[in-house]
Amino acid sequence: MKKEEVPQDESCFSDTEMKEVIYAVDKDGKYDKALSSGWETKTIVLDKSLEHIEERKAQAIANIKNGIQSPIAYFMEEHRMDIPTLASYVGIWQWRVKRHLKAKPFQRLSAKTLQRYAEVFEISVSELKHPKF
Amino acid sequence: MKIDFKHNQSAHCENGVVSNLLNFHGLPLSEPMAFGIGSGLFFVYIPFLKVNYAPAFSYRPMPGFIFSRVSKRLGFKIKRIKFSSKEKAQATLDQELAKNNPVGLQVGVYNLPYFPDEYRFHFNAHNLVVYGKEDEQYLVSDPVMPGVTKLTAKELEKVRFAKGALAPKGHIYYPVALPKTFDLKKAIRKGIKHTCKDMLAPVPFVGVKGIKFVAKKIRKWPQKVGVKKTNHYLGQLVRMQEEIGTGGGGFRFIYAAFLQEAAGILEEPKLIELSKELTAIGDQWRDFAVEASRLYKNRSKETDAYNKIADKLEHIADAEKTFYIALKKAIR
Repeated sequence: MKKEEVPQDESCFSDTEMKEVIYAVDKDGKYDKALSSGWETKTIVLDKSLEHIEERKAQAIANIKNGIQSPIAYFMEEHRMDIPTLASYVGIWQWRVKRHLKAKPFQRLSAKTLQRYAEVFEISVSELKHPKF
Repeated sequence: MKIDFKHNQSAHCENGVVSNLLNFHGLPLSEPMAFGIGSGLFFVYIPFLKVNYAPAFSYRPMPGFIFSRVSKRLGFKIKRIKFSSKEKAQATLDQELAKNNPVGLQVGVYNLPYFPDEYRFHFNAHNLVVYGKEDEQYLVSDPVMPGVTKLTAKELEKVRFAKGALAPKGHIYYPVALPKTFDLKKAIRKGIKHTCKDMLAPVPFVGVKGIKFVAKKIRKWPQKVGVKKTNHYLGQLVRMQEEIGTGGGGFRFIYAAFLQEAAGILEEPKLIELSKELTAIGDQWRDFAVEASRLYKNRSKETDAYNKIADKLEHIADAEKTFYIALKKAIR
């Protein structure tokens, strides 16, 4: 890539002082560092992957309202986690976390287990039980 | 207390930490040099490992490999410690800082307060340097940031003990027993040879073959998993390719910069030509990213569009194969 081709598109850095380093060649073909304020292509895929999380979150909210899933499903998406990540944070086996995502098994969770989830999501147990969407 | 440490912004976190730490110890090594000697160029496709609900792609070796290889090839050691206790992790950090020793830390990205919200994902192989402590705040040199930053003890603990895949477990590292002289030429040759070996590996998921394998998969995904998932997978491929600290297209440019620098040191003009070739390949990677993101945005229904970008990727794989074979020859 040539230095003058380094993309200077609008991105999530635009409101900050942040810029990214990209190696590019100058007129004499010599490599050097150049700064980029963002690249549209990257912004598209980033936005899309965030959109994907929003979709999953909306689905979780619908499932909780229909009594299929537990509030843990919502907070998991809110924190951009998947099941392995959440399981690692709470220190509970994945297959158990999977069960806790269902509405009924969630009702039977002990206060101690609820506390562990609440701590990971940095909320109180009552907020975990009665989430506000 | 503040250690006299020079922060240099870099394109990739691990190279940046290696380069900045070695510079501190009086061993001037540019980011591309660290990347090249550490054989940072790589490709692997891991279909059975899912990250963010898509198969895992990586354009880099396992975290920590670049530094380990640089140390082996230049003849110094790296002290690495992981912790189960958060208190001990902080105590060790404080001790090292008191000894005037800036240290590298592996951290999770999700809770880094200075990153834009869009970049906050559960990615645990980010690297930064801590070079001091002032008013209960740690002085941080994050190589992908333009300037230095600060983190409170609490914030730092959170990112050092992030959980999930590749959990850092407080991982702290720094170079020790640095030699007075070192054989840069030999190290460069070794680094290049290793990269050629990796990228030309006769393994279906790795290197050039891995890229070809993914191209083949792109043709099949629309029928097999549907257009929506295919787009999501492609998005992951591009994100891994171009996001801060992971690199792909951008990695080709760093490696091309390395070859240019190496050409002067080894007095091997062929490497300049190869550097140009790799720059062209890097441009192709970027074209591929542009096409893939357009497909993602417009949700094209025609499967032909997927075949077209698969062709593009296959073309890149072929160009890279020719390139690595030529590079292997040039270094002999």
